[in-house]
This record gives sequence, C-alpha cells and structure tokens, in this order.
Amino acid sequence: MSLISWGNYPRTHNSVHELQDIESLKEKLSTDGDFIAFGNGRSYGDSAVSDNIVHTKPYDYFLDFDETNGVLEVRSGALLSDILESVVKRGWFLKVTPGTKLITVGGAIASDIHGKNHHIEGCFSECLEEFTIMMADGEIKVTQKGDELFLATCGGMGLTGVILTAKITLKKINSQFIRQTTIKTKNLKETFAAFEEYKHLPYSVAWIDCLATQENLGKCLLMAGDFADDGDLNYKPKSKLNIPFNFPNFALNKFSVKAFNWLYYAKSPNGVSKQRVHFDSFFYPLDSIRNWNRIYGKNGFTQYQFILPKEGSFDGLEKILTKIAQSGKGSFLAVLKLYGAENENYLSFPIEGYSLALDFKIEEGLFELLDELDEVVNEYGGRIYLTKDVRVSEEVFEKGYSKIDKFRAFRKENNLDEKFNSLQSKRVGI
Amino acid sequence: MSYVLIVGAKSIVAQETARVYAKNGYDLYLAARKSDELGEFKNDLEVRSGVKVQLLDLDLVAYDTHENFYDSLDEKPLGVIVVAGYMTEQHKAEQDWSESLNTISVNYTGVVSLLNIIANDFEKQRRGFIVGVSSVAGDRGRKTNYIYGSSKAAFSAYLSGLRNRLFESGVTVLTVKPGFVATKMTENLDLPEKLTAQPSDVADDIFIAQQSGKDVLYTKWIWRYIMLIITSIPEFIFKKLSI
Repeated sequence: MSLISWGNYPRTHNSVHELQDIESLKEKLSTDGDFIAFGNGRSYGDSAVSDNIVHTKPYDYFLDFDETNGVLEVRSGALLSDILESVVKRGWFLKVTPGTKLITVGGAIASDIHGKNHHIEGCFSECLEEFTIMMADGEIKVTQKGDELFLATCGGMGLTGVILTAKITLKKINSQFIRQTTIKTKNLKETFAAFEEYKHLPYSVAWIDCLATQENLGKCLLMAGDFADDGDLNYKPKSKLNIPFNFPNFALNKFSVKAFNWLYYAKSPNGVSKQRVHFDSFFYPLDSIRNWNRIYGKNGFTQYQFILPKEGSFDGLEKILTKIAQSGKGSFLAVLKLYGAENENYLSFPIEGYSLALDFKIEEGLFELLDELDEVVNEYGGRIYLTKDVRVSEEVFEKGYSKIDKFRAFRKENNLDEKFNSLQSKRVGI
Repeated sequence: MSYVLIVGAKSIVAQETARVYAKNGYDLYLAARKSDELGEFKNDLEVRSGVKVQLLDLDLVAYDTHENFYDSLDEKPLGVIVVAGYMTEQHKAEQDWSESLNTISVNYTGVVSLLNIIANDFEKQRRGFIVGVSSVAGDRGRKTNYIYGSSKAAFSAYLSGLRNRLFESGVTVLTVKPGFVATKMTENLDLPEKLTAQPSDVADDIFIAQQSGKDVLYTKWIWRYIMLIITSIPEFIFKKLSI
C-alpha cells in the first residue's frame, strides 16, 4: 500500500518500509534509491514522499520520563497525542505544539514545527534536548544543541537522515483548560493592532475571512489565551467524528465557503469576549474530525503558508488578501499569526513577522494564482513553509531562505544528498 | 487497579489493546512464548501509563502447563483477553498436516485448555470478563482459508457457549470478530482501505465493547453486514464462488 500525504495530492506509487528495529532499517538503507522518512502523514505536500518511504510511526515506544524535571524520551514515531495522553494527567504539557497533535515527534523535529506561542517559546527545537539519527551510511549519531547536525536536521525535512529517538522538555501546567480571549476585528489594521495588544499572552492566533473585500479586508477573530490554574488535570480524550469518504468535488465552492465563514464570524460576539475552553479545542480544533482532508474531494488540496518580515507585513498581506478575494478561490481556513524571532536552524520556517496559511482545493488555475502570490512573498522578503508546500519553484523557495547554501553543503559533505530525497527536495533543489 | 491478562501479547493488536487498558489504569500480565522479548514494550507501557506490567511465559500448545501458569499468578486477573492466533497460507495447511495441526492447536484447543481453567475460577468468584479475538473467517468456510476459518469457527462457538454458561454468575464474555486488520500478517496483501481496520482502532473497539458488556463485536462494524450477506448466500451458489 502506497503512502500519501495529508493533501491527498500528488498520488504516487511508493515502496514502504515499516520501521520496527534499527538493524532492518540499516539493511534497507544500504540498498539503492531515494529514501525519505514518513511519520503520520500530516505534512500537506510532497515533503515526505519518495520512491522509498521509511514509515516511522510504528517505531513509537516511550523510553523514559523524568517526572521531576519534565524530560521525556521517546522513539521518533510517538505521536504528540500519545504524549499528551500520558503526561497531562501528571501536570505536564508540550512546550511547543502545532495545530494538530496527530504528528510524530520525528515529524515535529523535521519540520521544526511551531505553534500559537511562537512569539514566546519559539520552535520545537527549543524544547529538544537531544536526538539520535541514522545517517546515510547507517551510522547512528547522538546530537545536541549547537551541533551542525542539529541545525541542519531541525527543519531539515528529513533530508539529513532518519530520526530515531528524541529527548524533549515539557512545560508544567495546572489545568487542562485555557482562559481564552476572543477579539473580533473589522479590518486588517484592527487585526494587527489586536496582535500587538495581546502579545503578552503566550498563545495567540487569528482566523481570517479571506473572502471579505474592501473595507472589510483582513477582518478576523483573534483568539489569545493561557492555561487556567484550577488544578483540573483529569484528561480524557474524546472519541472522534470521521469523514468516511471523499466529498464530491463541487462540495466546496465560493458559496459554501462564504456561508461557512459568515457563520463562524457571526456566532462570535462583537469586540472582546472571554471563554474557558479545553486545550483540545483551543489547540486542535480539527483533530476532532478524523480525515477532515476528505472534505476537499479526491483531487486533494494544498495549504499555502508564507511569512513576511514584520516591516512589510501589512502591505504584503493587503496585496495578497486582495488577490485571493479577487480570484474567488475559497479557503476553508485562513490562519494569521505574529511570530517571534528567527532561530539558527538552516531551514526553519519562522522569522519575525506575520504568517498566513490558507487551504485551497487543487483545481484548474490554482497554481497560477499561487505563483502570483509567490511574487508578492518574494517582493517583501518572505518565505514559503515546506511542510505545507507541494508546488513552489526552486527560484522562489531559495530567495526566501538565506542559510540554504549551508544546508546544501552539509548534505553534500555527509553524502546525504545521495540517499535521502523527497519529491519536494528534488523540485526545490535541496 | 488490578491486572488484566493478555494472551498472545506479541501481536500488534494485542499490544495496542495493552496500551488502551494501561491508559485506562489497568495493570497488565502479558503472556507469550519467550516473553522476555517484550522487555522494551513493557518499559513503554510503564513509562507511558505508569501501570505495573509483568511478563509471563506461556505456550498455548503445552496444555499441561496451563493449570500451573494460572495458579502461579499472585493476584488473579480481573479479566482475560485472548489475542493469540496462528494463520498460515491455506495451501500450506492443506499439504502439510503439521501446519493444520498448529492452526487448530493454537487457535482452538490451546485456548480452550486455558480458558476452561480461567472460566472456572471467574465463575467461582462471580466476577471477571473474558474477551476472545476470533475472526470473521469463522462465520463461513471459504476455499481460500477454511482451515484457519474452521479453527476460528470453533472458537466462536466455544465463546458463545461460555457466555451462555457464565451469564448467571455475572462474568461477561465478548467475542471479537475483526475483518481485515493492517498487521504484519497482512502487510503483503493488497487490502481495500475502507474495509481495513488499524490495530489501534480494533483495540479501542475492544475496550469500549468490553466495558459496556457487549456480546459480539465486529470491527470494523461494516463486517457485520458483509458477513450477513456472505452467510446468507445459499450453499448451492456459494460452492461455485471464489471469494
């Protein structure tokens, strides 16, 4: 059975090696061909797709938990959801988590993921103490902060080897609930002001209505918050809804998206309001619907996520939002966030500025639109997030990443470019 | 909390089931041949869930060891989940009697030998639960795997009778009938995705069904209806089919 990424596009035939033990992985890697690690298949595009896939999800044992200091050691296939099920009851939480908990620890490292608290805590690599990785020749290296292998691997999209185990530091919590503040804004200017005003709160993200135009362009719901302090840690994950089959292609169109956006926006009170919500619905709203990607139909979808340096963010976003609104191509979800400072890793996505992420179903004319958006991103000195990408060109990609040459050189020196390649790495030339 | 005994603890379905019970606070006895090979898995459960885990050697076809095996448990389990099973290719079993015998011995006689002992104890104590993982293959014999299927048919009939007998004493018996499951046993088969369950889903289903006192569980649920159709086909037609 071939593996496919979250966007259900592209569909390729690949040969899958289920990672169970080190020895058979070593043996597998000694054969010819391109390999890439694949965790739980939540990256959207072709970053974890290649002729040969090392499926790391079965390699998921927990190894050690130091409950006093909150240091957890797991194998790379362990899911963040497994970690939460294990540690929340004991008063711990992930220091950095993305908008889905259904990713593996190996994937979190390879994408150097970030979350709603990037402006405070940075990327996943910040909480990563140490990891082990199998290199192209089968050697296993132990790596810590400061090593070049660490800089290249965090955010390195699995192109530096197969991550095997990781030691991460957790953060202490005293509740499974979040005190949330919701701010409803009327336009992009208000949205930016709200981000600045609520910057002191550890978690913040905004949901933008991409189909709003003119004076309403950039209107949003900004959700900011922090963990409550009520001592309630009795965490019982809820069972999930499932989307059992692909929706027909016409299910998502301009009108249905507009209706959805309107409902979402309208149900929220005007101005500033406060809620107490569970961390699952605060951090992982879509995880409660299994296979929600099937809503986009069998042709699949992609997510376009870019970030612009802070000084040009306002103008750039205005241009991009206008282009999207004019195109009438619906985005089910558009997420805006203010990020903190850039880290040292070669290919980590975040820089200080605003990032926007939008979902599009794959259809005629889409890639042309995205090419146009790329031009704006380049013009303002921004970059594209590889974890979501399935189509960006080498030229656009490399303009955004200033440490790209270091990454390429590292791959070459260690013969990694002859062993670990994805469809994406070949397309963008890394 | 107290112990649940999992028999055949090396299979992926058994391990996912162990994780679900551990997550819900149950301590575990994991029984298998050469159980020391499960050392890393035991550590995983302990780190993950903070429960107690004991590894126990058990050979299902060494019938005369079963009495001793059960007597030697310091604390009798709250329930037992039998996941042990042996599946070989049908044509091998047809040609090689030892393959057929092993299928029958592991899937039926061995399990009966062990469960008789446990059932007697649970009945006396008037508490406990028994879960047997059988198979949809036992619902009707087909030429492609009737030797495996008939051993599971016997096991299903055994569980049904046991349920009937133990009803009075309040001991519940759950028959689990998985359809296709994505495991090592099936990784080279091209299974239809929509009919194939993930081991972790089977484990969740088992836990929920056992906790709610259900009698028979098909997983995925759609297999109840697939098997309803398959068992409804008249024999004079069925014998001509290749399914």
